[in-house]
Amino acid sequence: MSQAKVPAWVNIALIPILNILLAFLVSGLVILAIGENPLEAAGYLIYGAFGYDEGIGYTLYYATNLIFTGLAVSVAFKGGLFNIGGEGQAYIGGLGVGLVCLSLDKTMPFYVIAPLAIIGAGVFGAAWAYIPAYLQARRGSHIVITTIMFNFIASSLMVYLIVNWLKEDGRMAPNSRTFDENAWLPYLHELLSPLGIEIGDSPLNVAFVIALICCVLIWALLWHTRWGYQLRTLGTNPTAARYAGIDTAKVTIWAMLISGGLAGFVGINEIMGVNHSLLLNFTAGYGFAGIAVSLMGRNHPVGIILAAILFGALYQGGAELAFEIPTITPEIVVVIQGLVILFSGALEHMFKDRIEGFFIRRAVA
Amino acid sequence: MFETLILMLDATMRVSTPLIFAALAGLYSERAGIVDIGLEGKILGSAFAAAAGAAVFGSAWVGLFFGIMASVSLAMIHGFACITHRGDHIVSGVAINTIVAGLTVTLSMYWFGMGGQTPTLSGDERFLSITFPFADALKDVPVIGLIYSELLSGHNILVYLAFAMVPMTYWVIYKTRFGLRLRAVGENPHAVDTAGISVAFIRYRALIICGILCGIAGAYLSTAHNAGFLKDMSAGKGYMALAALIFGKWRPVPVLLACLLFGFLDAVAIRMQGVVIPGIGEVPVQAIEVLPYVLTVLLLAGFIGKAIGPKAIGRPYVKERA
Repeated sequence: MSQAKVPAWVNIALIPILNILLAFLVSGLVILAIGENPLEAAGYLIYGAFGYDEGIGYTLYYATNLIFTGLAVSVAFKGGLFNIGGEGQAYIGGLGVGLVCLSLDKTMPFYVIAPLAIIGAGVFGAAWAYIPAYLQARRGSHIVITTIMFNFIASSLMVYLIVNWLKEDGRMAPNSRTFDENAWLPYLHELLSPLGIEIGDSPLNVAFVIALICCVLIWALLWHTRWGYQLRTLGTNPTAARYAGIDTAKVTIWAMLISGGLAGFVGINEIMGVNHSLLLNFTAGYGFAGIAVSLMGRNHPVGIILAAILFGALYQGGAELAFEIPTITPEIVVVIQGLVILFSGALEHMFKDRIEGFFIRRAVA
Repeated sequence: MFETLILMLDATMRVSTPLIFAALAGLYSERAGIVDIGLEGKILGSAFAAAAGAAVFGSAWVGLFFGIMASVSLAMIHGFACITHRGDHIVSGVAINTIVAGLTVTLSMYWFGMGGQTPTLSGDERFLSITFPFADALKDVPVIGLIYSELLSGHNILVYLAFAMVPMTYWVIYKTRFGLRLRAVGENPHAVDTAGISVAFIRYRALIICGILCGIAGAYLSTAHNAGFLKDMSAGKGYMALAALIFGKWRPVPVLLACLLFGFLDAVAIRMQGVVIPGIGEVPVQAIEVLPYVLTVLLLAGFIGKAIGPKAIGRPYVKERA
């Protein structure tokens, strides 16, 4: 009805930007409350994230994880499913990568290991999402609760596997052995330097390129295939979807499999790209941060890339900020994340109705 | 053997206490139709506020007050988003958990500068255990002596309060007018609205109660069970309470039993560390730790009974416009 009279840019740009500004404003107040200057803090943050080559590299390296988890959340969200299990799926995805690398790095060359590891990440992550998806689609248990439970189950499972089976003998640290170098994903600075492009040492690796490819593929899948149309219909109106003859259970399960697989790809970046061994807690909250990225990026791949880079910048700039101003901890980034989720997710109607009303009135007048 | 059992049940009571408070908190909120996965954040926030308050003012009771205030404020943010602005309950809960996880560390660094902790609490800054009369004298009486002196006596006041809250909650939910309305709002808000009662007001009150109970849960963690606040000290207790709430099918007594079961499993897991059972071998601690979550998933899937929540849960109430 009156929806059509609201200009598109209001929904795509104005409201999200307003929400994010509000989140930053409140974050600024927090920084002010602990006796620091928010503008000075923002200065350090921006310099740390974008001011020099390594900083940019780190920003994009963090963004890689966030693109994966952000896409994962958004694919499920498009189908009306709220996947809180990104953390567990990423963790188990990493297990898939680790197992492939640990079993093949002595015998196989890189070009055999790499595709298998990517498949491993996707399959393990998807498998972990499959169970909650199946239970939701066929047995009616609520996916939010089951994915939360599966995060904890994943975490216990990984502790058990790493401590009892995969830990390197004679070491205290709960890590697997370091993979041989032919199971490492190349760093981008190593790939680019023969071409005469120097980008500074950073953990940024080929996984970033994979993340960008995923964005294109997901965009095509969601908006240019029959399945994508079914998924979006399911998300917009489940009753209509069922009435239109869409097998909603099947679409639900596939959406979660894709979502879980994408989350599992975090393992490629972290395990194969940077840590080169299987270790505990490498997911470090990226699964939850993906929720913020997805909300902020309006569930669109382009938006997700932008949001992921912004959050990557917060991670990297936050580390720099904590170094320059010791009273501010890197956890301030977590606060900002939470505020973004609050304002652009939970409180999205706060401004939306009023702003839309304003534009509708203006259009009518 | 008997002594071991008593000691484990004793540990169960201590571990279950925050779960009972938090699960009952969730019960009020969810019975009123508000999904609350922000339990975790409220516990953590209150644990920090309580430890900070106790450390600064030298009193556990002041700490408890601050803990409750922090938790109720968070509950009000949740209410503002979910009730007033019809936001998504789950997104709001995730937001609260995330904000608190970051804010507690940031603020504790600023106030105490101890790497995200509060100073160690001692003496009046903590809730200390209460010894029942004649507990020591009766210690050596077989069976009853041990039960009385170990299991019943020697806990702090919050443990007893937790157990007292269960019949209290039962009474409020099933025997009072407020309880009837609270349940009705969670099942059919429209009917309540038709009767001329404000849906929003009842839901806000449910969230205030939820905040108070979560506040006590958090204060228990940092000022009674432990001596101070540690980073991320809630460690999933809020989610486990949520699991207990579902496992107890949103009813006070079964919820208590679920909390005790989960607490017992926790005590078993600690006890079983490195123990070899003949014929089975060493049972991995993680396998026992993970049981509450696995059981909840199985219950939700309908493999063991069926968990049916309040009907209107998670749905924002929009008053019909003329």
